[in-house]
Amino acid sequence: MAMLEVSRLSISFGGLHAVDDFNVTIEKGQLYGLIGPNGAGKTTVFNLLTGVYKPNEGIVRLDGVDITGKNTVEVNRLGIARTFQNIRLFKDMPVLDNVKVGFHNQKSYSVLTGILKLPKYHRTENEMNQKAMEILDVFGLASEAAVKAGNLPYGKQRKLEIARALATDPKLLLLDEPAAGMNPNETAELMDTIRFVRDHFDMTILLIEHDMKLVAGICEKLTVLNFGRVLCQGETSEVLSDPAVITAYLGE
Amino acid sequence: MNQNNQSAEIIKKIQSSTRRGNLITYGIVLAAYIVMQSLVSTGHISSLLKGLLVPVCVYVIAAVSLNLVVGISGELSLGHAGFMCVGAYASSFFTNAYGDGLPNWFRLILAIIVGAAAAGLFGILIGVPVLRLKGDYLAIVTLAFGEIIKNLINVLYAGVDSNGIHISTKSAMDLNMGPDGKQIIKGALGISGTPRLSTFTAGVVLIIITLFIVQNLMNSRAGRAIMSTRDNRIAAESIGIPVTKYKLLAFAVSAALAGAAGVLYSHNLASLSTAKFDYNTSILVLVFVVLGGIGNIRGSIIAAVILTVLPEMLRGLSAYRMLIYAVILIAMMLFNWAPAAISWRERMMERLPFGRKKRTGEED
Repeated sequence: MAMLEVSRLSISFGGLHAVDDFNVTIEKGQLYGLIGPNGAGKTTVFNLLTGVYKPNEGIVRLDGVDITGKNTVEVNRLGIARTFQNIRLFKDMPVLDNVKVGFHNQKSYSVLTGILKLPKYHRTENEMNQKAMEILDVFGLASEAAVKAGNLPYGKQRKLEIARALATDPKLLLLDEPAAGMNPNETAELMDTIRFVRDHFDMTILLIEHDMKLVAGICEKLTVLNFGRVLCQGETSEVLSDPAVITAYLGE
Repeated sequence: MNQNNQSAEIIKKIQSSTRRGNLITYGIVLAAYIVMQSLVSTGHISSLLKGLLVPVCVYVIAAVSLNLVVGISGELSLGHAGFMCVGAYASSFFTNAYGDGLPNWFRLILAIIVGAAAAGLFGILIGVPVLRLKGDYLAIVTLAFGEIIKNLINVLYAGVDSNGIHISTKSAMDLNMGPDGKQIIKGALGISGTPRLSTFTAGVVLIIITLFIVQNLMNSRAGRAIMSTRDNRIAAESIGIPVTKYKLLAFAVSAALAGAAGVLYSHNLASLSTAKFDYNTSILVLVFVVLGGIGNIRGSIIAAVILTVLPEMLRGLSAYRMLIYAVILIAMMLFNWAPAAISWRERMMERLPFGRKKRTGEED
């Protein structure tokens, strides 16, 4: 069964059809790319999938479960985690706590247990610390666990956002322009990280990206959006050589 | 294996730095208590200062509890005095109505429980509608609610007789009490005759309990959730944190603690009226929080102490009093917030032999 099945997804703001009749099917473990010119509606698709916006029409199924119209918190509990185009970290909290707060719905104890520091508090906190350090280690952030997230260099902030999303134990990970603002070296490193995340965590990933080197390098399948509509869909190499895509987005 | 050891070491370092920070705060409070208490017992203290001991505790608790909303959950609340008012009135009513003959310390504990519970309940009732708002709007509405609470209590008449509690908002006659009835809340006249159960020791114990609750909450799952909603609401939702629930938790706990401060206040005075719980007090407590450093618990304590004691100490200067007070406010603001002052302070801390080593940006 497909991990994500979207059919006839549409939303309009006033007279503008921001996303119109969007369909996509992503298999488990796939690395899927969503590309298109600025303003094509890519981030709006993410916002529709994660419940920030309610679609006017269409159905979203995650691992067979209908999640259409659920709010952001419920969508995350059901298994979609995301990063943001403009980084949204908890910048005044330490790196470690940024990941630990992601465990909120996995590892829990009551408010009173926390205040009284009952044995369950220590047990759960130790588990959280251990697991958070494991995740940070994957992203090479373990040694900076005590640093305030806002003080990390840009590239590491992007990685921390992915680490935090993974802490929520999602089935599907949405990455919104993960390579934005990165230099070629950082981008190359990020590509390895994304591949590693897919393999290591057995993750299904849908990403928005403008960096064609990254897209061509790691995505197995692509969907191209233009003016809110699907322009082209299929294997990466086919899509990137499609004349319509070249005219609308890539340029001659 | 090596990696694991390294991780464990980093965790241990973070934990010990948090623990040390918390212990320093408790230590400061205890040291201040011991110094003041020995001054009192040897008689080396003016009656003016002696009279300030309990009010100082009241304001410290109020400031720390407000910091939970302003600093930890990141919402500006201007109605804190309203919750103190609820705590003060509910507990004074309770103390006057029941508990004659019980030992004083036990009556005070009961009063604190009643006052904190009543204020916490109001916190939830007000928080549910108010926390749907953000930023300036929330600040204005909390200001309004604080005044509404005050004005409602101002027209409240209540008494108790063998049939139970009677409440009216019209007049004492409308209470319809039996012959054994005892009128306790007398409208704008407030409550008089509350036994003076508050002591400096009780105040310090209450400060320690407040610190225990606030600091432990900050270092727990719920505290992290609260802080995440402060730092980035949208991101918090995206990782499955029910934002309103945790904002409400912070608001209610803060209100309950403010209520406890109100209990301490009302059991320190023979007569209680709502006049003291207007927006001036809310703003004053907010000034403590801002000057002490938003989100900095220890700072709130120090600012509350200095700014409560200072105006009284300056009384001799009559006309210049508020001028000096204002200058000191500005000086504290600069010391706490100006970038140059912050870096100077950090350099000084490093130079001290017992000061912490160069900070790597970890939380205070």
